[in-house]
Amino acid sequence: MKSLLKILRDFPAYLWSGWGAIASVFIFIAAWDVGNQVYGDLILPSPLETFQTLAQLFKESEFVENLMITLRRAMIGFSISLVAGTALGLLAGFFVTASMVSRPIVTILMGMPPIAWIVLAMIWFGMGDATVEFTVVVASLPIVFVGALQGTRTLEDKFDEMADIFKVPPVMKLFDIYLPHIFSYVFPAWVAALGMAWKIVVMAELLATSDGLGAALALARSQLDTASALAIVVAMVGLLMVAEYIFLEPIKREVEKWRD
Amino acid sequence: MARLKVEEINFSFGYDTILEDISFEVNEGEVVSLVGPSGGGKTTLLRLCAELLDRQEGKIENSFKTQAVAFQDPRLLPWKNVIDNISFGLKAMGVSSHEREERAKEIALKFDLEENDFDKFPKELSGGMSQRVSFARALVTKPDLLFLDEPFSALDIGLKRELQDHVMELIENKEITIFFITHDIMEAIRLSDKILLLAPDPGRIVKIYDFDVPQAQRDDEYVYSQTAKLLSDREIIETFELEFR
Repeated sequence: MKSLLKILRDFPAYLWSGWGAIASVFIFIAAWDVGNQVYGDLILPSPLETFQTLAQLFKESEFVENLMITLRRAMIGFSISLVAGTALGLLAGFFVTASMVSRPIVTILMGMPPIAWIVLAMIWFGMGDATVEFTVVVASLPIVFVGALQGTRTLEDKFDEMADIFKVPPVMKLFDIYLPHIFSYVFPAWVAALGMAWKIVVMAELLATSDGLGAALALARSQLDTASALAIVVAMVGLLMVAEYIFLEPIKREVEKWRD
Repeated sequence: MARLKVEEINFSFGYDTILEDISFEVNEGEVVSLVGPSGGGKTTLLRLCAELLDRQEGKIENSFKTQAVAFQDPRLLPWKNVIDNISFGLKAMGVSSHEREERAKEIALKFDLEENDFDKFPKELSGGMSQRVSFARALVTKPDLLFLDEPFSALDIGLKRELQDHVMELIENKEITIFFITHDIMEAIRLSDKILLLAPDPGRIVKIYDFDVPQAQRDDEYVYSQTAKLLSDREIIETFELEFR
Protein backbone atom coordinates (compact mmCIF):
# COMPACT_ATOMS: atom_id res chain seq x y z
CA MET A 1 0.00 0.00 0.00
CA LYS A 2 2.76 2.38 1.01
CA SER A 3 4.70 1.52 -2.14
CA LEU A 4 1.59 2.07 -4.27
CA LEU A 5 1.21 5.60 -2.91
CA LYS A 6 4.88 6.19 -3.51
CA ILE A 7 4.57 5.04 -7.12
CA LEU A 8 1.66 7.47 -7.66
CA ARG A 9 3.55 10.30 -6.00
CA ASP A 10 6.65 9.80 -8.13
CA PHE A 11 4.57 9.42 -11.30
CA PRO A 12 4.57 13.06 -12.52
CA ALA A 13 8.34 13.28 -12.12
CA TYR A 14 8.67 9.99 -13.96
CA LEU A 15 6.49 11.26 -16.83
CA TRP A 16 8.49 14.46 -17.03
CA SER A 17 11.63 12.37 -17.49
CA GLY A 18 10.00 10.93 -20.64
CA TRP A 19 10.71 13.90 -22.93
CA GLY A 20 13.91 12.29 -24.17
CA ALA A 21 12.02 9.13 -25.08
CA ILE A 22 9.34 11.13 -26.89
CA ALA A 23 11.99 13.02 -28.83
CA SER A 24 13.58 9.77 -29.98
CA VAL A 25 10.17 8.45 -31.08
CA PHE A 26 9.75 11.58 -33.19
CA ILE A 27 13.16 11.04 -34.79
CA PHE A 28 12.03 7.53 -35.67
CA ILE A 29 8.81 8.88 -37.22
CA ALA A 30 10.80 11.45 -39.19
CA ALA A 31 13.03 8.69 -40.60
CA TRP A 32 9.90 6.75 -41.47
CA ASP A 33 8.60 9.76 -43.41
CA VAL A 34 11.88 9.94 -45.35
CA GLY A 35 11.38 6.28 -46.23
CA ASN A 36 7.92 7.10 -47.51
CA GLN A 37 9.27 9.88 -49.72
CA VAL A 38 11.92 7.59 -51.18
CA TYR A 39 9.87 4.41 -51.73
CA GLY A 40 6.33 5.68 -52.23
CA ASP A 41 2.96 4.97 -50.64
CA LEU A 42 2.59 1.34 -51.63
CA ILE A 43 5.82 0.15 -50.04
CA LEU A 44 5.82 2.43 -47.02
CA PRO A 45 2.80 4.66 -46.39
CA SER A 46 3.58 7.95 -44.67
CA PRO A 47 3.21 8.25 -40.88
CA LEU A 48 0.34 10.70 -41.41
CA GLU A 49 -1.57 8.29 -43.62
CA THR A 50 -0.90 5.44 -41.20
CA PHE A 51 -2.18 7.36 -38.20
CA GLN A 52 -5.25 8.48 -40.16
CA THR A 53 -5.95 4.86 -41.11
CA LEU A 54 -5.51 3.88 -37.48
CA ALA A 55 -8.02 6.51 -36.33
CA GLN A 56 -10.38 5.23 -39.02
CA LEU A 57 -9.88 1.64 -37.85
CA PHE A 58 -10.78 2.54 -34.29
CA LYS A 59 -14.12 3.81 -35.52
CA GLU A 60 -14.93 0.40 -37.01
CA SER A 61 -16.49 -2.05 -34.57
CA GLU A 62 -14.85 -5.02 -36.30
CA PHE A 63 -11.33 -3.78 -35.58
CA VAL A 64 -12.11 -3.01 -31.95
CA GLU A 65 -13.60 -6.49 -31.61
CA ASN A 66 -10.47 -8.05 -33.11
CA LEU A 67 -8.34 -6.03 -30.72
CA MET A 68 -10.35 -7.26 -27.76
CA ILE A 69 -10.10 -10.86 -28.94
CA THR A 70 -6.33 -10.57 -29.21
CA LEU A 71 -6.06 -8.89 -25.83
CA ARG A 72 -8.16 -11.62 -24.27
CA ARG A 73 -6.05 -14.40 -25.76
CA ALA A 74 -2.80 -12.73 -24.73
CA MET A 75 -4.08 -12.15 -21.20
CA ILE A 76 -5.35 -15.70 -20.75
CA GLY A 77 -2.04 -17.13 -21.95
CA PHE A 78 0.00 -14.67 -19.96
CA SER A 79 -2.02 -15.26 -16.77
CA ILE A 80 -1.53 -19.01 -17.02
CA SER A 81 2.23 -18.48 -17.54
CA LEU A 82 2.39 -16.05 -14.66
CA VAL A 83 0.65 -18.26 -12.14
CA ALA A 84 1.99 -21.63 -13.24
CA GLY A 85 5.47 -20.36 -14.10
CA THR A 86 5.90 -18.58 -10.78
CA ALA A 87 4.52 -21.48 -8.74
CA LEU A 88 6.61 -24.12 -10.54
CA GLY A 89 9.71 -21.93 -10.50
CA LEU A 90 9.48 -21.36 -6.75
CA LEU A 91 8.85 -25.04 -6.15
CA ALA A 92 11.81 -26.06 -8.29
CA GLY A 93 13.98 -23.45 -6.63
CA PHE A 94 13.42 -24.85 -3.17
CA PHE A 95 14.66 -28.31 -4.15
CA VAL A 96 18.16 -28.77 -5.52
CA THR A 97 17.21 -31.89 -7.46
CA ALA A 98 14.17 -30.26 -9.01
CA SER A 99 16.19 -27.29 -10.20
CA MET A 100 18.88 -29.54 -11.66
CA VAL A 101 16.28 -31.62 -13.49
CA SER A 102 14.35 -28.62 -14.79
CA ARG A 103 17.31 -26.68 -16.21
CA PRO A 104 17.79 -28.71 -19.41
CA ILE A 105 14.04 -28.93 -19.96
CA VAL A 106 13.77 -25.16 -19.76
CA THR A 107 16.67 -24.82 -22.19
CA ILE A 108 14.82 -27.06 -24.64
CA LEU A 109 11.59 -25.08 -24.21
CA MET A 110 13.34 -21.74 -24.62
CA GLY A 111 15.43 -22.92 -27.57
CA MET A 112 12.44 -24.24 -29.48
CA PRO A 113 11.29 -21.62 -32.02
CA PRO A 114 7.70 -20.43 -31.38
CA ILE A 115 6.82 -21.06 -35.01
CA ALA A 116 7.42 -24.78 -34.45
CA TRP A 117 5.03 -24.71 -31.50
CA ILE A 118 2.39 -23.00 -33.63
CA VAL A 119 2.60 -25.74 -36.27
CA LEU A 120 2.34 -28.46 -33.61
CA ALA A 121 -0.48 -26.66 -31.84
CA MET A 122 -2.42 -26.36 -35.10
CA ILE A 123 -2.17 -30.11 -35.52
CA TRP A 124 -3.13 -30.79 -31.89
CA PHE A 125 -5.81 -28.18 -31.28
CA GLY A 126 -6.97 -27.15 -34.75
CA MET A 127 -7.62 -23.54 -35.75
CA GLY A 128 -8.85 -21.42 -32.87
CA ASP A 129 -8.36 -19.98 -29.40
CA ALA A 130 -6.66 -23.01 -27.89
CA THR A 131 -3.84 -23.02 -30.43
CA VAL A 132 -3.05 -19.36 -29.83
CA GLU A 133 -3.27 -19.56 -26.07
CA PHE A 134 -1.18 -22.71 -25.97
CA THR A 135 1.57 -21.09 -28.02
CA VAL A 136 1.56 -18.02 -25.79
CA VAL A 137 1.87 -20.16 -22.67
CA VAL A 138 4.60 -22.34 -24.08
CA ALA A 139 6.64 -19.33 -25.18
CA SER A 140 6.28 -17.17 -22.05
CA LEU A 141 6.10 -19.71 -19.23
CA PRO A 142 9.81 -20.67 -19.32
CA ILE A 143 10.78 -17.00 -18.89
CA VAL A 144 8.71 -16.68 -15.72
CA PHE A 145 9.86 -20.08 -14.53
CA VAL A 146 13.54 -19.19 -14.85
CA GLY A 147 12.99 -15.87 -13.05
CA ALA A 148 11.29 -17.54 -10.11
CA LEU A 149 13.86 -20.33 -10.05
CA GLN A 150 16.77 -17.92 -9.96
CA GLY A 151 15.09 -15.80 -7.33
CA THR A 152 14.75 -18.79 -5.06
CA ARG A 153 18.17 -20.29 -5.79
CA THR A 154 19.94 -17.05 -4.95
CA LEU A 155 18.37 -16.61 -1.50
CA GLU A 156 21.19 -16.02 0.93
CA ASP A 157 21.76 -18.10 4.05
CA LYS A 158 23.34 -15.20 5.89
CA PHE A 159 20.02 -13.36 6.14
CA ASP A 160 18.34 -16.54 7.29
CA GLU A 161 20.93 -16.92 10.02
CA MET A 162 20.55 -13.29 11.08
CA ALA A 163 16.79 -13.77 11.29
CA ASP A 164 17.19 -16.95 13.35
CA ILE A 165 19.14 -15.03 15.96
CA PHE A 166 16.20 -12.70 16.45
CA LYS A 167 13.85 -15.70 16.50
CA VAL A 168 11.92 -14.29 13.55
CA PRO A 169 8.64 -16.16 13.05
CA PRO A 170 8.24 -18.03 9.71
CA VAL A 171 5.57 -15.73 8.26
CA MET A 172 7.69 -12.65 8.89
CA LYS A 173 10.68 -14.45 7.39
CA LEU A 174 8.64 -15.09 4.26
CA PHE A 175 7.48 -11.50 3.85
CA ASP A 176 10.58 -9.67 5.05
CA ILE A 177 13.36 -11.88 3.76
CA TYR A 178 12.32 -14.34 1.05
CA LEU A 179 9.64 -12.50 -0.93
CA PRO A 180 11.40 -9.13 -1.45
CA HIS A 181 14.39 -10.96 -2.85
CA ILE A 182 12.41 -13.36 -5.02
CA PHE A 183 10.11 -10.59 -6.25
CA SER A 184 13.06 -8.59 -7.52
CA TYR A 185 13.83 -11.50 -9.85
CA VAL A 186 10.28 -12.53 -10.70
CA PHE A 187 8.91 -9.12 -11.57
CA PRO A 188 11.31 -8.37 -14.46
CA ALA A 189 10.60 -11.89 -15.71
CA TRP A 190 6.87 -11.10 -15.70
CA VAL A 191 7.51 -7.97 -17.77
CA ALA A 192 9.63 -9.90 -20.27
CA ALA A 193 6.99 -12.63 -20.47
CA LEU A 194 4.27 -10.08 -21.14
CA GLY A 195 6.24 -8.66 -24.06
CA MET A 196 6.80 -12.18 -25.38
CA ALA A 197 3.10 -13.05 -25.01
CA TRP A 198 2.08 -9.98 -26.97
CA LYS A 199 4.40 -10.79 -29.87
CA ILE A 200 3.54 -14.47 -30.00
CA VAL A 201 -0.21 -13.94 -29.85
CA VAL A 202 -0.22 -11.95 -33.11
CA MET A 203 2.03 -14.42 -34.85
CA ALA A 204 -0.12 -17.36 -33.84
CA GLU A 205 -3.28 -15.56 -34.88
CA LEU A 206 -1.85 -14.73 -38.26
CA LEU A 207 -1.34 -18.41 -38.99
CA ALA A 208 -4.03 -20.15 -37.02
CA THR A 209 -7.20 -18.06 -36.66
CA SER A 210 -9.71 -16.05 -38.63
CA ASP A 211 -10.17 -13.33 -36.05
CA GLY A 212 -7.97 -11.10 -33.89
CA LEU A 213 -5.28 -8.61 -34.85
CA GLY A 214 -3.07 -11.25 -36.41
CA ALA A 215 -5.85 -12.33 -38.75
CA ALA A 216 -6.57 -8.69 -39.59
CA LEU A 217 -2.90 -8.32 -40.45
CA ALA A 218 -3.07 -11.36 -42.72
CA LEU A 219 -6.11 -9.90 -44.45
CA ALA A 220 -4.39 -6.54 -44.98
CA ARG A 221 -1.43 -8.36 -46.52
CA SER A 222 -3.58 -10.35 -48.95
CA GLN A 223 -5.29 -7.14 -50.07
CA LEU A 224 -1.94 -5.33 -50.35
CA ASP A 225 -3.39 -2.73 -47.97
CA THR A 226 -0.05 -1.55 -46.61
CA ALA A 227 -1.57 1.39 -44.74
CA SER A 228 -3.90 -0.87 -42.73
CA ALA A 229 -1.11 -3.34 -42.04
CA LEU A 230 1.13 -0.58 -40.72
CA ALA A 231 -1.74 0.90 -38.71
CA ILE A 232 -2.28 -2.46 -37.00
CA VAL A 233 1.42 -2.73 -36.24
CA VAL A 234 1.37 0.78 -34.78
CA ALA A 235 -1.62 -0.16 -32.61
CA MET A 236 0.19 -3.26 -31.32
CA VAL A 237 3.43 -1.49 -30.57
CA GLY A 238 1.56 1.47 -29.04
CA LEU A 239 -0.37 -0.77 -26.66
CA LEU A 240 2.79 -2.53 -25.52
CA MET A 241 4.55 0.79 -24.98
CA VAL A 242 1.67 2.11 -22.88
CA ALA A 243 1.62 -1.06 -20.77
CA GLU A 244 5.37 -1.01 -20.36
CA TYR A 245 6.07 2.67 -19.75
CA ILE A 246 2.91 3.83 -18.01
CA PHE A 247 2.26 0.84 -15.75
CA LEU A 248 5.17 -1.54 -15.48
CA GLU A 249 8.23 0.70 -15.49
CA PRO A 250 7.10 2.84 -12.50
CA ILE A 251 6.38 -0.31 -10.49
CA LYS A 252 9.70 -1.78 -11.51
CA ARG A 253 11.53 1.34 -10.40
CA GLU A 254 9.85 1.20 -7.02
CA VAL A 255 10.49 -2.49 -6.35
CA GLU A 256 14.07 -2.36 -7.57
CA LYS A 257 15.05 0.89 -5.94
CA TRP A 258 17.17 -0.84 -3.32
CA ARG A 259 19.23 -2.73 -5.90
CA ASP A 260 22.78 -1.79 -6.79
CA MET B 1 21.97 -15.79 37.67
CA ALA B 2 21.86 -16.40 33.95
CA ARG B 3 24.80 -18.03 32.28
CA LEU B 4 26.06 -19.71 29.18
CA LYS B 5 27.71 -22.96 30.08
CA VAL B 6 29.53 -25.02 27.50
CA GLU B 7 30.62 -28.52 28.45
CA GLU B 8 32.84 -30.90 26.52
CA ILE B 9 31.81 -29.79 23.07
CA ASN B 10 33.16 -31.75 20.13
CA PHE B 11 32.32 -30.80 16.60
CA SER B 12 33.38 -32.00 13.17
CA PHE B 13 32.54 -31.45 9.54
CA GLY B 14 32.87 -34.89 7.96
CA TYR B 15 36.28 -36.25 8.99
CA ASP B 16 37.60 -32.81 9.93
CA THR B 17 37.51 -32.25 13.66
CA ILE B 18 36.80 -28.56 14.12
CA LEU B 19 36.39 -28.34 17.88
CA GLU B 20 37.66 -30.72 20.54
CA ASP B 21 36.63 -30.91 24.16
CA ILE B 22 35.62 -27.30 24.65
CA SER B 23 34.35 -26.24 28.08
CA PHE B 24 33.86 -22.75 29.49
CA GLU B 25 31.34 -20.53 31.16
CA VAL B 26 30.06 -17.03 30.53
CA ASN B 27 28.32 -15.61 33.59
CA GLU B 28 25.87 -12.74 33.66
CA GLY B 29 27.59 -9.36 33.37
CA GLU B 30 30.84 -10.83 32.09
CA VAL B 31 32.72 -10.17 28.90
CA VAL B 32 34.43 -13.29 27.64
CA SER B 33 36.63 -13.15 24.56
CA LEU B 34 37.64 -16.01 22.38
CA VAL B 35 40.99 -15.31 20.76
CA GLY B 36 42.73 -17.40 18.18
CA PRO B 37 44.07 -17.44 14.64
CA SER B 38 41.72 -17.29 11.66
CA GLY B 39 40.25 -20.60 10.58
CA GLY B 40 40.59 -22.06 14.05
CA GLY B 41 36.90 -22.74 14.65
CA LYS B 42 36.01 -19.54 16.49
CA THR B 43 32.97 -18.77 14.41
CA THR B 44 31.82 -22.38 14.54
CA LEU B 45 31.91 -22.25 18.33
CA LEU B 46 29.93 -19.02 18.33
CA ARG B 47 27.36 -20.45 15.99
CA LEU B 48 26.99 -23.48 18.23
CA CYS B 49 26.50 -21.24 21.28
CA ALA B 50 23.94 -19.09 19.43
CA GLU B 51 22.12 -22.24 18.30
CA LEU B 52 22.70 -21.50 14.65
CA LEU B 53 24.33 -24.91 14.31
CA ASP B 54 23.15 -28.18 15.78
CA ARG B 55 25.28 -29.63 18.53
CA GLN B 56 26.93 -32.99 17.90
CA GLU B 57 28.51 -33.86 21.23
CA GLY B 58 28.56 -32.17 24.59
CA LYS B 59 26.22 -29.83 26.38
CA ILE B 60 25.36 -26.16 26.02
CA GLU B 61 23.25 -24.57 28.67
CA ASN B 62 22.00 -21.07 27.90
CA SER B 63 19.72 -19.44 30.45
CA PHE B 64 19.79 -15.92 28.99
CA LYS B 65 16.37 -14.78 27.85
CA THR B 66 17.28 -12.71 24.80
CA GLN B 67 20.31 -12.67 22.55
CA ALA B 68 21.67 -10.84 19.55
CA VAL B 69 24.65 -11.14 17.23
CA ALA B 70 26.76 -8.51 15.52
CA PHE B 71 28.42 -10.25 12.59
CA GLN B 72 31.65 -9.38 10.85
CA ASP B 73 29.70 -8.40 7.73
CA PRO B 74 26.78 -6.13 8.58
CA ARG B 75 24.10 -8.38 7.01
CA LEU B 76 21.64 -5.56 6.45
CA LEU B 77 18.58 -6.42 4.40
CA PRO B 78 19.19 -4.55 1.12
CA TRP B 79 15.48 -3.85 0.56
CA LYS B 80 14.95 -2.16 3.90
CA ASN B 81 16.01 1.34 4.81
CA VAL B 82 18.17 2.18 7.82
CA ILE B 83 15.34 2.51 10.32
CA ASP B 84 13.57 -0.65 9.19
CA ASN B 85 16.83 -2.55 9.36
CA ILE B 86 17.54 -1.37 12.88
CA SER B 87 14.04 -2.23 14.06
CA PHE B 88 14.06 -5.68 12.42
CA GLY B 89 14.65 -7.52 15.70
CA LEU B 90 11.99 -5.45 17.45
CA LYS B 91 9.51 -6.40 14.75
CA ALA B 92 10.24 -10.06 15.38
CA MET B 93 9.51 -9.46 19.07
CA GLY B 94 6.11 -8.03 18.18
CA VAL B 95 6.81 -4.41 19.18
CA SER B 96 4.28 -1.98 17.67
CA SER B 97 5.41 -0.13 14.56
CA HIS B 98 5.24 3.26 16.24
CA GLU B 99 7.41 2.21 19.17
CA ARG B 100 9.77 0.37 16.83
CA GLU B 101 10.39 3.52 14.84
CA GLU B 102 10.92 5.62 17.92
CA ARG B 103 13.40 3.24 19.51
CA ALA B 104 15.24 2.72 16.22
CA LYS B 105 15.58 6.47 15.68
CA GLU B 106 16.79 7.03 19.20
CA ILE B 107 19.56 4.46 18.98
CA ALA B 108 20.48 5.52 15.43
CA LEU B 109 21.14 9.07 16.64
CA LYS B 110 23.15 7.70 19.52
CA PHE B 111 25.29 5.81 17.03
CA ASP B 112 25.99 9.05 15.13
CA LEU B 113 23.73 8.33 12.20
CA GLU B 114 22.05 11.43 10.84
CA GLU B 115 18.38 11.98 10.27
CA ASN B 116 18.77 12.25 6.51
CA ASP B 117 20.34 8.79 6.51
CA PHE B 118 17.22 7.18 7.97
CA ASP B 119 15.52 6.54 4.63
CA LYS B 120 18.64 5.34 2.87
CA PHE B 121 19.05 1.79 1.62
CA PRO B 122 22.16 -0.20 2.57
CA LYS B 123 23.65 0.27 -0.93
CA GLU B 124 23.89 4.01 -0.19
CA LEU B 125 25.78 3.53 3.08
CA SER B 126 29.52 3.42 3.61
CA GLY B 127 31.08 0.36 5.27
CA GLY B 128 31.37 2.14 8.59
CA MET B 129 27.78 3.34 8.52
CA SER B 130 26.53 -0.15 7.67
CA GLN B 131 28.40 -1.56 10.64
CA ARG B 132 26.87 1.09 12.91
CA VAL B 133 23.41 0.15 11.67
CA SER B 134 24.17 -3.52 12.22
CA PHE B 135 25.34 -2.76 15.77
CA ALA B 136 22.29 -0.64 16.44
CA ARG B 137 20.09 -3.49 15.21
CA ALA B 138 21.73 -5.88 17.68
CA LEU B 139 21.61 -3.50 20.64
CA VAL B 140 18.18 -1.94 20.17
CA THR B 141 16.55 -5.17 21.33
CA LYS B 142 18.41 -4.80 24.65
CA PRO B 143 19.73 -8.36 24.54
CA ASP B 144 20.85 -10.07 27.74
CA LEU B 145 23.55 -11.88 25.83
CA LEU B 146 25.40 -10.34 22.91
CA PHE B 147 27.55 -12.33 20.53
CA LEU B 148 30.18 -10.33 18.69
CA ASP B 149 31.79 -12.06 15.72
CA GLU B 150 34.74 -9.79 14.89
CA PRO B 151 32.43 -6.86 14.20
CA PHE B 152 35.26 -4.33 14.45
CA SER B 153 37.76 -6.01 12.19
CA ALA B 154 36.92 -4.11 8.98
CA LEU B 155 36.68 -0.67 10.59
CA ASP B 156 39.17 2.16 10.87
CA ILE B 157 40.61 2.82 14.32
CA GLY B 158 38.41 5.84 14.99
CA LEU B 159 35.17 4.04 14.30
CA LYS B 160 36.43 0.92 16.04
CA ARG B 161 37.05 2.94 19.18
CA GLU B 162 33.68 4.63 18.95
CA LEU B 163 31.73 1.37 18.72
CA GLN B 164 33.85 -0.15 21.47
CA ASP B 165 32.97 2.81 23.67
CA HIS B 166 29.28 2.06 23.18
CA VAL B 167 29.92 -1.51 24.26
CA MET B 168 32.01 -0.30 27.23
CA GLU B 169 29.15 1.85 28.42
CA LEU B 170 26.86 -1.16 28.51
CA ILE B 171 29.51 -3.22 30.26
CA GLU B 172 30.06 -0.61 32.98
CA ASN B 173 26.37 -0.45 33.74
CA LYS B 174 26.34 -4.26 33.86
CA GLU B 175 23.49 -4.23 31.37
CA ILE B 176 24.86 -6.91 29.13
CA THR B 177 26.83 -10.12 28.88
CA ILE B 178 29.13 -10.50 25.93
CA PHE B 179 30.75 -13.40 24.16
CA PHE B 180 33.29 -11.82 21.89
CA ILE B 181 35.26 -13.39 19.08
CA THR B 182 38.35 -11.63 17.81
CA HIS B 183 41.84 -12.19 16.49
CA ASP B 184 42.93 -8.80 17.83
CA ILE B 185 44.51 -9.38 21.24
CA MET B 186 44.60 -5.69 22.14
CA GLU B 187 40.89 -5.34 21.48
CA ALA B 188 40.22 -8.36 23.67
CA ILE B 189 42.31 -6.96 26.52
CA ARG B 190 40.48 -3.65 26.41
CA LEU B 191 37.05 -5.22 26.75
CA SER B 192 37.24 -8.61 28.44
CA ASP B 193 37.04 -10.06 31.91
CA LYS B 194 38.32 -13.33 30.60
CA ILE B 195 40.16 -14.34 27.46
CA LEU B 196 40.00 -17.88 26.11
CA LEU B 197 42.83 -18.85 23.83
CA LEU B 198 41.68 -21.18 21.07
CA ALA B 199 44.43 -23.15 19.34
CA PRO B 200 43.59 -24.51 15.88
CA ASP B 201 43.61 -28.00 14.28
CA PRO B 202 41.54 -29.14 16.07
CA GLY B 203 40.13 -26.13 17.90
CA ARG B 204 40.77 -26.43 21.63
CA ILE B 205 41.07 -24.02 24.51
CA VAL B 206 44.69 -24.05 25.63
CA LYS B 207 44.70 -21.25 28.19
CA ILE B 208 42.42 -18.85 30.02
CA TYR B 209 43.58 -15.36 31.05
CA ASP B 210 41.72 -13.35 33.71
CA PHE B 211 41.66 -9.56 33.98
CA ASP B 212 40.55 -8.05 37.27
CA VAL B 213 40.92 -4.31 36.60
CA PRO B 214 37.47 -2.83 35.74
CA GLN B 215 37.16 -1.94 32.04
CA ALA B 216 36.69 1.77 32.83
CA GLN B 217 40.07 1.93 34.54
CA ARG B 218 41.96 0.32 31.72
CA ASP B 219 43.92 3.14 30.13
CA ASP B 220 46.10 2.80 27.06
CA GLU B 221 49.13 2.10 29.19
CA TYR B 222 47.41 -0.83 30.84
CA VAL B 223 46.26 -2.21 27.50
CA TYR B 224 49.70 -1.87 25.94
CA SER B 225 51.53 -3.43 28.85
CA GLN B 226 49.10 -6.33 29.06
CA THR B 227 49.31 -6.84 25.31
CA ALA B 228 53.08 -6.94 25.48
CA LYS B 229 52.88 -9.42 28.32
CA LEU B 230 50.49 -11.68 26.44
CA LEU B 231 52.49 -11.50 23.26
CA SER B 232 55.49 -12.89 25.09
CA ASP B 233 53.45 -15.72 26.52
CA ARG B 234 54.59 -19.09 25.22
CA GLU B 235 51.06 -20.38 24.45
CA ILE B 236 50.19 -17.25 22.50
CA ILE B 237 53.41 -17.46 20.49
CA GLU B 238 52.79 -21.10 19.64
CA THR B 239 49.09 -20.65 18.88
CA PHE B 240 49.54 -17.70 16.55
CA GLU B 241 52.85 -19.09 15.25
CA LEU B 242 54.61 -15.86 16.09
CA GLU B 243 58.31 -15.92 15.42
CA PHE B 244 60.39 -13.08 16.68
CA ARG B 245 63.58 -12.55 14.86
